[in-house]
Amino acid sequence: MEALKSLTAKALVVHRDNIDTDQIIPARFLKVTDKAGLGDALFADWRYAEDGTPKSDFVLNQPWAKGRAILVAGQNFGSGSSREHAPWALLGYGFRAVIARSFADIFRNNALKNGVLPVALGKTEHSKVLAALAADRDAELTVDLEMCALGLGGEHIANFEVDAFARHCLLNGLDQLGYLLHFEADIERYEAERSTRAY
Amino acid sequence: MSQQAQTLVDKVWDRHIVSEEPGRPSMVYIDLHLIHEVTSPQAFAALEERGLKLRQPQRTVATMDHSTPTDPRRLEVLDGQSRKQLDLLRHNCEKYGVTLYGIGHDRNGIVHVIGPELGLTQPGMTIVCGDSHTSTHGAFGALAFGIGTTEVSHVLATQCLLQHRPESFEVYVDGALPAGVGAKDIALAIIAEIGTDGGTGHVFEFRGSAIESLSMEGRMTLCNMSIEAGARAGLIAPDEKTFAYLEGRDFAPKGAAWQAAVADWRSLRTDEGATFSRSLTIDASELAPMITFGTNPGMGQAIDKHLPRPEDLESDQAAAELRKALDYMGLEPGKTLLGHPVDVVFIGSCTNSRISDLREAAEIFSGRQVANGVRTLVVPGSQNIKRQAEAEGLDVVFRTAGAEWREPGCSMCIAMNGDQLSPGQYAVSTSNRNFEGRQGRGGRTFLASPRTAAAAAIRGCVTDPRTLTAG
Ligand code: SF4
Repeated sequence: MEALKSLTAKALVVHRDNIDTDQIIPARFLKVTDKAGLGDALFADWRYAEDGTPKSDFVLNQPWAKGRAILVAGQNFGSGSSREHAPWALLGYGFRAVIARSFADIFRNNALKNGVLPVALGKTEHSKVLAALAADRDAELTVDLEMCALGLGGEHIANFEVDAFARHCLLNGLDQLGYLLHFEADIERYEAERSTRAY
Repeated sequence: MSQQAQTLVDKVWDRHIVSEEPGRPSMVYIDLHLIHEVTSPQAFAALEERGLKLRQPQRTVATMDHSTPTDPRRLEVLDGQSRKQLDLLRHNCEKYGVTLYGIGHDRNGIVHVIGPELGLTQPGMTIVCGDSHTSTHGAFGALAFGIGTTEVSHVLATQCLLQHRPESFEVYVDGALPAGVGAKDIALAIIAEIGTDGGTGHVFEFRGSAIESLSMEGRMTLCNMSIEAGARAGLIAPDEKTFAYLEGRDFAPKGAAWQAAVADWRSLRTDEGATFSRSLTIDASELAPMITFGTNPGMGQAIDKHLPRPEDLESDQAAAELRKALDYMGLEPGKTLLGHPVDVVFIGSCTNSRISDLREAAEIFSGRQVANGVRTLVVPGSQNIKRQAEAEGLDVVFRTAGAEWREPGCSMCIAMNGDQLSPGQYAVSTSNRNFEGRQGRGGRTFLASPRTAAAAAIRGCVTDPRTLTAG
């Protein structure tokens, strides 16, 4: 996982609540056996017409939208399916942070394990970000994971919460499997105790 | 000194702590790991990359369900990409020593259907799968939840996960369910009440007389939909029904071990005086058949109610969301859904593909004909269920009525196996998600119970099942 300490970037807004993982990446793209190319399928049904041509009214298809690393959405982002293809698609497209009012549990976990930072904001702060981006779509946001702070063009907007352990892993680019493997002795002890059970 | 009163969730949790350290999530042991073709390939690849072995191959069980065609020609109609995914699962299972119930196997079926029916799912267990509807297994008093593919690799390699202790949320459903109202209606009513994120960060414990009166199948339907209310898991304390369901199943303990297991399982109840972080009470006697009208499972209501109007909603954002949803669905605010024409009826999925669901639907199909122009798919959740339904003659009832009787699988719950809606089509579906395009790009889904779905098939439109008695 690529470490993330602080990110200053322009943002894209898809202001909808309950953006489910079927919208982030529809099921027909889940027939893959690796993670390659999933960024092209991000928001596929909103982004492309049935014949595959980009829809001119969707934000990701605007000429100015290229290369933006922060996505801003509404409430309950990532609800529904547990497909990790959702953060893979976001990351594949180039997003490293998603700002929303709230996140679904499984998505939040999956995102953090892939170096995509979920930033949950309160109503006021979220509105402030939306208003600023409505006034200037090129406004730069700074997501500072070390300080757990969100800035907008140099102005402090909000502090956000991230699970301490996930933050530690993300700041250092550590993956959790390596960490878990250190506890071999504990797992063995637990398994030995369990094996004495009658059923 | 007596121990502190505990919730069921806490009891199961405490039994599975491998290690705890300040500043990090607990390391939790996983008793049963279920895998399928879609969310496992990259997890095995992660093992491969690091040269790791599978820690406890016998604790992982694999099935093929999402991309498997339910067309009786099966492999002939399989597309190349899905074939590759299925072949890879077979290869991985062989290489790592995992039991696989693949396509065509006697024990094959939807992952959340076969776990319980084989007796793999047992009270007090921790159960995970790279699949959000793993919550289904909570019906047995197991702590069961969906995980991502990275976590699948964690379980494969260490049999453990890093998790925070979940908050528990009591959902108390009391009273007698009216005739024609079942577990699916309870589930949709709860989600309509608290929304698709009402349970975020929590595990539901379903309690109360209405829950106790549900069959194990009904309890599975209810726990299955926990995730649609945002809760990663939902569970129900095991009772005599649970034990009766499990006794004698392939992987259930036998003989003295069974006695010991049941004695232990009886202790898996929330103690008197234990506190929940949140609570919700529902009066079962007031419930009606439910149906969704929008593009998330929280947009549902009693089938005979008129559709909500955006202007009646409190917040602008909620009004905008409702407008978008009704627009996608091609529905007018304030109108009734009753009588709305449907193109397809789907009876199946890990929510409603079990024998009792099929029996319920068959009661309505019996002696009647599917309306002209309605395509009706009845898809059993597993080979076991298919055999049982055929032994009871249910397949004949469905076929005679003009419905298609298919091979087991996820089918039209998820548009990735050939069964899907065409753009603009309306379906009444017993599955769990009405998201845009979930059943096929541009498809429009009304979620409902097997009874309500069967009634729609017969009448060709959204129909209150209470107006159609058993045939
Ligand atoms: S039936 Fe649907 S919800 Fe259930 S496991 Fe299959 S795709 Fe997922």
